[in-house]
Amino acid sequence: MFVSKARIFNETPINPRRCLHILTKIIYLLNQGEHFGTTEATEAFFAMTRLFQSNDQTLRRMCYLTIKEMANISEDVIIVTSSLTKDMTGKEDVYRGPAIRALCRITDTTMLQAIERYMKQAIVDKVPSVSSSALVSSLHMVKMSFDVVKRWVNEAQEAASSDNIMVQYHALGLLYHLRKNDRLAVTKMLNKFTKSGLKSPFAYCMMIRIASKLLEETEGGHDSPLFDFIESCLRNKHEMVVYEAASAIVHMPNCTARELAPAVSVLQLFCSSPKAALRYAAVRTLNKVAMKHPSAVTACNLDLENLITDSNRSIATLAITTLLKTGSESSVDRLMKQISSFVSEISDEFKVVVVQAISALCQKYPRKHSVMMNFLSNMLRDDGGFEYKRAIVDCIISIIEENPESKETGLAHLCEFIEDCEHTVLATKILHLLGKEGPRTPTPSKYIRFIFNRVVLESEAVRAAAVSALAKFGAQNDDLLPSVLVLMKRCMMDSDDEVRDRATFYMNVLQQKQKALNAAYIFNGLSVSVPGLEKSLHQYTLEPSEKPFDMKTVPLATAPITEQKTEIAPVATSKLPEKLAPSRQDIYQEQLAAIPEFKGLGPLFKSSEPVQLTEAETEYVVRCIKHTFANHMIFQFDCTNTLNDQLLQRVLVQMEPSEAYEVLNYVPAPSLPYSQPSSCYSLVRLPEDDPTAVSCTFSCTMKYLVRDCDPNTGEPDDDGYDDEYVLEDLEVTVADHIQKVLKPNFGAAWDEIGDDNEKEETFALATVRTLDEAVNNIISFLGMQPCERSDKVPENKNSHVLFLAGVFRGGHDVLVRARLALADGVTMQVTVRSTDENVVDVILASVG
Amino acid sequence: MDSAALEPSLYTVKAVFILDNDGNRLLSKYYDPELYPSMKEQKNFEMNVFNKTHKADNEISFLEGMTIVYKSSIDLFFYVAGSAQENELMLMAVLNCLFESLSQMLRKNVEKRTLLDNMDGVFLVVDEIIDGGVILESDPQQVIEKVNYRADDNPLSEQSVAQHITEKLALTSNVLQSAKEQIKWSILK
Repeated sequence: MFVSKARIFNETPINPRRCLHILTKIIYLLNQGEHFGTTEATEAFFAMTRLFQSNDQTLRRMCYLTIKEMANISEDVIIVTSSLTKDMTGKEDVYRGPAIRALCRITDTTMLQAIERYMKQAIVDKVPSVSSSALVSSLHMVKMSFDVVKRWVNEAQEAASSDNIMVQYHALGLLYHLRKNDRLAVTKMLNKFTKSGLKSPFAYCMMIRIASKLLEETEGGHDSPLFDFIESCLRNKHEMVVYEAASAIVHMPNCTARELAPAVSVLQLFCSSPKAALRYAAVRTLNKVAMKHPSAVTACNLDLENLITDSNRSIATLAITTLLKTGSESSVDRLMKQISSFVSEISDEFKVVVVQAISALCQKYPRKHSVMMNFLSNMLRDDGGFEYKRAIVDCIISIIEENPESKETGLAHLCEFIEDCEHTVLATKILHLLGKEGPRTPTPSKYIRFIFNRVVLESEAVRAAAVSALAKFGAQNDDLLPSVLVLMKRCMMDSDDEVRDRATFYMNVLQQKQKALNAAYIFNGLSVSVPGLEKSLHQYTLEPSEKPFDMKTVPLATAPITEQKTEIAPVATSKLPEKLAPSRQDIYQEQLAAIPEFKGLGPLFKSSEPVQLTEAETEYVVRCIKHTFANHMIFQFDCTNTLNDQLLQRVLVQMEPSEAYEVLNYVPAPSLPYSQPSSCYSLVRLPEDDPTAVSCTFSCTMKYLVRDCDPNTGEPDDDGYDDEYVLEDLEVTVADHIQKVLKPNFGAAWDEIGDDNEKEETFALATVRTLDEAVNNIISFLGMQPCERSDKVPENKNSHVLFLAGVFRGGHDVLVRARLALADGVTMQVTVRSTDENVVDVILASVG
Repeated sequence: MDSAALEPSLYTVKAVFILDNDGNRLLSKYYDPELYPSMKEQKNFEMNVFNKTHKADNEISFLEGMTIVYKSSIDLFFYVAGSAQENELMLMAVLNCLFESLSQMLRKNVEKRTLLDNMDGVFLVVDEIIDGGVILESDPQQVIEKVNYRADDNPLSEQSVAQHITEKLALTSNVLQSAKEQIKWSILK
């Protein structure tokens, strides 16, 4: 159809009117999503090229547009190169800019060389539209051919001093993109432009962004000239620039209230602007400030009050949520009423903002939780997308966890919600929570009906989750057990494998009526890393052996994610699919397994966080990661060479242990060129005869061969010399031998281990002044996982019990119960239980 | 609403679109290839935005993780979308420039019929304001000068005139052509 129309292009003479009409139609249809076949498109494209003979201005301009639109669907678009090159260098200024943009759209790396000369000329052309077009097109091509475009930096520099505001802006943008990896050059550029001053408000916004990025990277203090520049922009005559500067200051990490004040006061002015966009921008930014510095925003409360009836509901919502953060407890009820009046009118994105505000509020004013809970349950009943519902559910869950007295109402709301919930993820999450919390409520039986309804009505995943939840009720409440067993029997006839398997499994465990079994298999599930388990099982099937598969050889999951507080994901990123990334430890396991020297050490037990062994700004930067195995440790030294005139070779870190640790092997890094990090390793055997020797200090020295080289080319000299560099001492502590494990039901686990190896001791912590401090010290010292949210000390209490769980190297479970009492200092009574006696001694010895 | 700072960049605009009062697309440009790559997603997005915005003239909204500024005129809706962290006033500058330019070009008749009659001009205006997501020009006067497009008020009569002229031209060029041919042949002989 287009081809037949395109025939008109071939008529002689060209009828510009009719051709223009057809080109417009083609572009319009492409824009509507009409599909063109390649042949069809190519034919139409070729016919169109003939229109370059006409001198009708609009027709020519539409040809450029057609070229850009068809660049991807037609073949051989490069045949118009010469026509475009001619127009770009021709006399008609109207054609030149658009021709450059069309030409760059169809040019690839190989052809770019051919037009390079013209591009350089165009960038410095005195006609602003030509210069702008060339600069913007160059920017687009940076992604494709960085090296070529980099050669135009001088031209771009010249263009930056143009009088035209847009040319200035585009030149600045291109210069930054070309230099952004060179911090020094960016700093120089900024200095130059802040001194000379720019005319374009867009360019100012760009400079503010560059300056605040630099500030963040260099961690520059707020007395730096960059900060002064940003602050001076608060007095710019363009609102756009003023807002950009205020926003930049607000987003800076660790800004003091005094530094924020000028930014907040310009935002306050914007709140009463007649322009909706400006009010929106201002209140949105104030909302952000209120998260970190509620007191800084209190001055704006009056202005915000005026905005809560704004006809733009987005502005009203932001104003209310900001006030919720800054206002007093007494205003909460009024604001909540106000927002309920229009909550149905606002978009899901803002509903999530409201929920987040409520969530924050509940932490601040726990007494208000009944108002909030009511509001949330109403919101839960409204229509809304997944993100919105998830935010509400997360919020209710966090309220339940913070306020025990709200548990029953909260669970009741959630039960009502899952009766009619289309989101599998949320239903399973709530069922899991019911299983955890339900059995401990005064009347657990009322939840059974809600859970069993799911088994009857829902999809496989939800049914399976419901079965697990039921099992927990049966295990914890003896009087419910018979009914649960009946229901389980019913589930064993389910049509889905997973549901049947679970039901059969739980049925058998429950029938044993043994506390230890319940604890091990129902309350506290496996705590291994899933990819690790998969790998071990695969390995096991490859090497048939008589021995049964040992769960203890499977690496443990590094970070138990379940009970950690769920941050409500930011809306902007929530669209990304959640991938199951292999954990950090799985990656290390893989890397270490690839080194032949480290064969036969068994599975990796734990990898520590990196420890810096050098100061931040030294010639060589070294950090160490401690990998613990059953009887060995591997120290991984990540080294970076920051000298561009040196090449290091055969780099290794020599270690002198203070205890009976034995260094077995060094694996050097073969070469360490400038700014390319590389790793070397040391393998150490742990003392076998003394299992309680867990801590040790190593003095470390880095040894290497230096070869001086040319900083520009990286070409090294032929000869080198040996040298060494003393690093800071490396400590191995008890925490390196213990992996964190979360026991969702600590009491059950405590009983499961039993008191065979129990030991108890009392310590006085004289230097510690508060319970919080004591709790944090113990956790970080032992490196164990706090359970049952016992890491949070309730306010105004003089005693606290901390539960910690972990697995000691070698696969021995270890549990610690620490009773703390606050008197003059903190007195601590530690009870340790473990499956291995030595482990108990180790822990007590190290605490003492 | 992520609070992460914005990477300094000229790529400000993620999408521009013009819809009619039923939410149908008249013109759309998406500048971020990762944002709604398929036509179906784009039209869904536009419909969603339209449904959330056409009732109240609110100027600005936040939808699907993007800041969207908009403006309506008779039976048309103009939208400019940018990232959540983008400076709202920059997006506003683009929207105002687009609207002012079209308003001047269409002699204040910013309505669906006139817009469709001058679609070529509309395409050129958008092309002059934004190039691949970068703001190319923000001054409507400059845009109008660069596009140099004359909207026709009365398409029928002018078309006939134009046709007349082109026919005339065709005649003369035919005469010229034949004359050239004759000369060429005479030389070849």
